[in-house]
Amino acid sequence: MGVASVWGGRLAAQLEQDPALETIVGIDTSDPRHELERTEFVRTESDPSLIARIIRAAELDTIIDTTAVRDTQPDRGLRMDGTAMRELLAAAESAGVRKLVIKSSAEYYGSGRDAPAFFTEDMSAGEEPRSRAGRDLVEVEQAVADFAGHHPELVVTVLRCALPVGSALRTPHLSLLGLPAVPAILGFDPRWQFVHEDDVVGALAHAAAVDMAGAYNVAADGVLALSEVAGLLGKPLLPVLPPWGTLFAAARMRRLGLPVPLGLLRELRYGRGLDNRRLKTTGYTLRYTSREAILKLLAQQRLRPLLERGEDEYRFESEVEAFLRHSPSVELPGGPASRLGPPGAGGYSALQENELLAVIPSLETEAMQRLREHEAAGPARPAVLQEIDHQLELRDSFGSG
Amino acid sequence: MADSSRTDGSDPGVTAELTRREHLPGLEPERQITDWGRSERVDRLVDSTLSHFLYHYWLRVEVEGVENVPSQTGALLVANRAGQVRVDAAMVGKALREEHRMPRPLHVAAPPALSDVPGLGMLATKLGAVTEHPANLHRLLHDEGQLVLVFPEARQDRVKPLSSRYRLRSFDRLEIISLAIQARVPIVPVAVLGSEEATPALSSWGPLARLTPLRLGLRLPLPARFRLRFLQPVRTDRLGESGELPPWSELSELTQDLRALIQENLYEMVAARRSVWLG
Repeated sequence: MGVASVWGGRLAAQLEQDPALETIVGIDTSDPRHELERTEFVRTESDPSLIARIIRAAELDTIIDTTAVRDTQPDRGLRMDGTAMRELLAAAESAGVRKLVIKSSAEYYGSGRDAPAFFTEDMSAGEEPRSRAGRDLVEVEQAVADFAGHHPELVVTVLRCALPVGSALRTPHLSLLGLPAVPAILGFDPRWQFVHEDDVVGALAHAAAVDMAGAYNVAADGVLALSEVAGLLGKPLLPVLPPWGTLFAAARMRRLGLPVPLGLLRELRYGRGLDNRRLKTTGYTLRYTSREAILKLLAQQRLRPLLERGEDEYRFESEVEAFLRHSPSVELPGGPASRLGPPGAGGYSALQENELLAVIPSLETEAMQRLREHEAAGPARPAVLQEIDHQLELRDSFGSG
Repeated sequence: MADSSRTDGSDPGVTAELTRREHLPGLEPERQITDWGRSERVDRLVDSTLSHFLYHYWLRVEVEGVENVPSQTGALLVANRAGQVRVDAAMVGKALREEHRMPRPLHVAAPPALSDVPGLGMLATKLGAVTEHPANLHRLLHDEGQLVLVFPEARQDRVKPLSSRYRLRSFDRLEIISLAIQARVPIVPVAVLGSEEATPALSSWGPLARLTPLRLGLRLPLPARFRLRFLQPVRTDRLGESGELPPWSELSELTQDLRALIQENLYEMVAARRSVWLG
């Protein structure tokens, strides 16, 4: 769910690589932005009964929801709050799903002066969350926790991700770090913890593969001081905000044109650190530390002006996708009968002659016949035609005994 | 939590403990700031200038028993305090760095209110101050095996009058002591002599105390001679069941014993010194 978002799209792409997963269905209210090969896309408003029908029809056993946390602006795709989550959970229950994976955010813990330096999963939100997103998140998590309590036989995983860093993401934190000088509150050097987008996707895929019930913090090793981050990015730290009356001053500055994100003020003061050890005990290895993630961000920031123009963005066309996947005229290596199997690396035409020859003996008979027609109509390579005939003969002789 | 680390017959509690320790974030040598916020750069700067001056020349610190501080494992250092804690904490840290054979960084438990103070809070963190949240202390003591200094005397609104200096207030902060027990680390009592005179709270002087309840202090400590005595570590692993909180009575008893121990040593040191300023 949420396949149109950055997370859903990338996750689907990664899950496609796993041959053990038979079916992947992506649901969202807008089109996906990643090129996917065998994920079936269903575009729907998040009506829970429809979702339940889809799940039951495709006999899915796992739902992965990436919509609770929006990491892209402007808002795209499914919007999740407490009510919507409860509906989804009801749908999951009625459809007989076995596993549920929810992508949440470390914003759940909030940020404050009485906070511990590293939040562990059993700590709850310290105080009333200030922002709308924070409140939604607490509601969503509460709904999930209630559900998990009622259904101890299901595996419910909640992944609380630290500040994500990646090329396609647009979060308030990243836009703050994207400014030529990083604004800060005078007299405060908060510590922030990041996680690379590859690790977020990796953790989601890991949660889909492994049964890990409960909440897990997904965060990279290392909690960096904001001054440290600014130093890594090669930018000065500008303590433009006063320590008292910060909100007032920030609002003023926004009016003057300085893009200071208001929702970040608490984090600019206190920061937040997460204890990521529970995730590690499930066997997932994080690929990047916070520092490495920021260095990658630096590389991206340097490349961005070069890539901004002339890059063809993938556009999802539903008819084209449907044709590519389901039309009998499209030949996948191994023939149409293997359409539901492991993903191919391209079409039939991409295979060389010797590769084809190697593949032919493993084809089903009808697939082989179709292939022969296609080959005869198209390239008509004599070696291939010979091989197919030979195989068909063998099969005939075996069949007739 | 996944049971991947469980082997037959082993205690899951112990296994979980080991797993938590080995999954701590690794050291990144390129970074000079730790995850707790301690900055090597700032620390070294202050150490080589201000701390050095105070330790060797101004306060002329004398240290006894520094070998009582363990070299490898974590330990909770418990000290008495006078007006300004920062000088005491700095001197204890400096003493470890100068005199101990395995100098390790010292973390100082600070009240959460400190992190709200602009500038000062930031500086304190960079020098090793840590908010005294139980989760923080547990991680430092138990998981990371670090040294943590606490000042368990009850905080009062009214400042201690000069006449009752070196009379320890009650150790109200039992929860901090219990943390050391839960973390299974030794407690090292530290008696600090000299801070009462070096950093008197001016408002403890009679007439001023009546005028204002505010805590006024001096910026630079007066040059009283400092004496730090590290006492025999108190082992905590005998107390209570493993990982569980010992009964309140045991906790209270231990706390009172610690207080009495430091008090005794303080009085002894006061009696032994000839001059406040010259030692």
